[in-house]
Amino acid sequence: MKKNIKVWLVAGVAFLLFILSLAQLGLSRERLSAAYDRGMVIVDSMIPPSVSNPSNVATAALESLHVAVLGTLFGVVFSLILAVFAARNLTPHFTVSVAVKSFAAFVRAVPALIWAILFIIAVGLGPTPGILALAVNSIGMLVKVYAEAIEEIDIGIVEAMKSTGASPMQLVFQGVLPTMMSALVSWSIFRFDINIRYAAILGIVGAGGIGWELVRASRMAAYSEVMGITLVIFFMILVVENVTRLLKKRLDLASMETVRS
Amino acid sequence: MAEKVLEIKNLTKKFPDGTVALNDISVSFEKGDLIAVIGPSGAGKSTFLRSINRLQEPTFGEILIEGKDILKTKGSSLRKLRRKVGMVFQGYNLIKRSSVLQNVLHGRLGYSSSIKGSLGMFSQQERKRALEVLIRMGLEEQTLKRADECSGGQQQRVGIARAMMQDPVILLADEPIASLDPASSARVMNYIKIMSQEQGITAIVNLHQVDYAKSFATRIIGIRAGEIMYDGPPHLLSEHIIKDLYQDQYAEEARAQ
Repeated sequence: MKKNIKVWLVAGVAFLLFILSLAQLGLSRERLSAAYDRGMVIVDSMIPPSVSNPSNVATAALESLHVAVLGTLFGVVFSLILAVFAARNLTPHFTVSVAVKSFAAFVRAVPALIWAILFIIAVGLGPTPGILALAVNSIGMLVKVYAEAIEEIDIGIVEAMKSTGASPMQLVFQGVLPTMMSALVSWSIFRFDINIRYAAILGIVGAGGIGWELVRASRMAAYSEVMGITLVIFFMILVVENVTRLLKKRLDLASMETVRS
Repeated sequence: MAEKVLEIKNLTKKFPDGTVALNDISVSFEKGDLIAVIGPSGAGKSTFLRSINRLQEPTFGEILIEGKDILKTKGSSLRKLRRKVGMVFQGYNLIKRSSVLQNVLHGRLGYSSSIKGSLGMFSQQERKRALEVLIRMGLEEQTLKRADECSGGQQQRVGIARAMMQDPVILLADEPIASLDPASSARVMNYIKIMSQEQGITAIVNLHQVDYAKSFATRIIGIRAGEIMYDGPPHLLSEHIIKDLYQDQYAEEARAQ
């Protein structure tokens, strides 16, 4: 009996919120049906999709890919350095760990597009702000996951390296890095997957790449072009996804072999 | 009178919760001795050993390694003193994904520059030495294998080889044979004994097997509740003393039954 009342209460609150949101946003039936008609006109003009300047679009697509690669690379390098200071078992002092982790959390909270807009103001239009935005956005996530991977390392390994008289840098390169390598590679590949998606749309705010072509076409109301470019983005991401999936599969096989032996 | 390699004065370790792991221990060690430290679990054996190269920070006392107090050093002078103290662990603590050779070369990290060591660049001479040590340990066929492809006994010998590369004056071994079968255990203890005798290294080994302590050590130290209860040659360690040493543990086991 009691359970029933709870269910009805939750359902009632949810319904109330739905009605409230609908009324607040002014989503009327007339507007929706009008939008449908206009939408159909756009869809009609999208077919068949076309790419009027293939070499332009190809260059832009390649630029997106470059932005993703460089953004990931810079992100990985800086995240690794910061993660050493963020990991509780390696940090020189726990306050440093807290500071770095909070910094990463803050960076993570700001979306990639906002970073792109900020960097455009700082360095101007083009692929450079795109690379910087992706690098910074990657740092937000990678510092967290790398630091967690380092924290999982057996403390005995750290002690063994210390007892040889190794310096902190030697400890990281000779002890920590080889031990966390598989986590490092798989997280970095995963991040590259995310970055290629971002790189495709960063151009919308003017940070280089194929996104800019998309915006240009839509501003000229060239909807068949919009569809064409969207398809190019779709295939680009599809290809990258399959390549990274293949890489990951080989990596998993390699680590499975270690477990077996 | 042999020369003193390690001198410990008033070593005390109190944990934040108030337990006293080491209570005012003063003892000195001579060159080339193989000392077995025995005692019930929780007596402070591990804390004692790990204090010597400061993997654990003592509360109070002096630890003089060849006359230099390791508790007063920090940074690079601490690292320089640490390389004189090789250490072998119960869990081997090798870098599992690196080769056996690379693991042995890690013993030279304290001697190489920070950058070269980080990149794993070791001299031809050091590589040759690593190979010699591996051959000495009967591990030449494992040289290029990954560390985790070796058996437990082999991994522990790699651990000893790594420690030997440090040119240590002291070798600390914290329960080195606790996870090994009897045959591997005897072999590992044998290598520790040979290294100690041949190179004049003072080996301090924590053991919970009294029979191994008696057959390999030249001196036995019995610790109970953070204090030294016995310090002398193996042949004077009587059943009576052993019983006394482990009395708490016996009492506990009796209660459990």
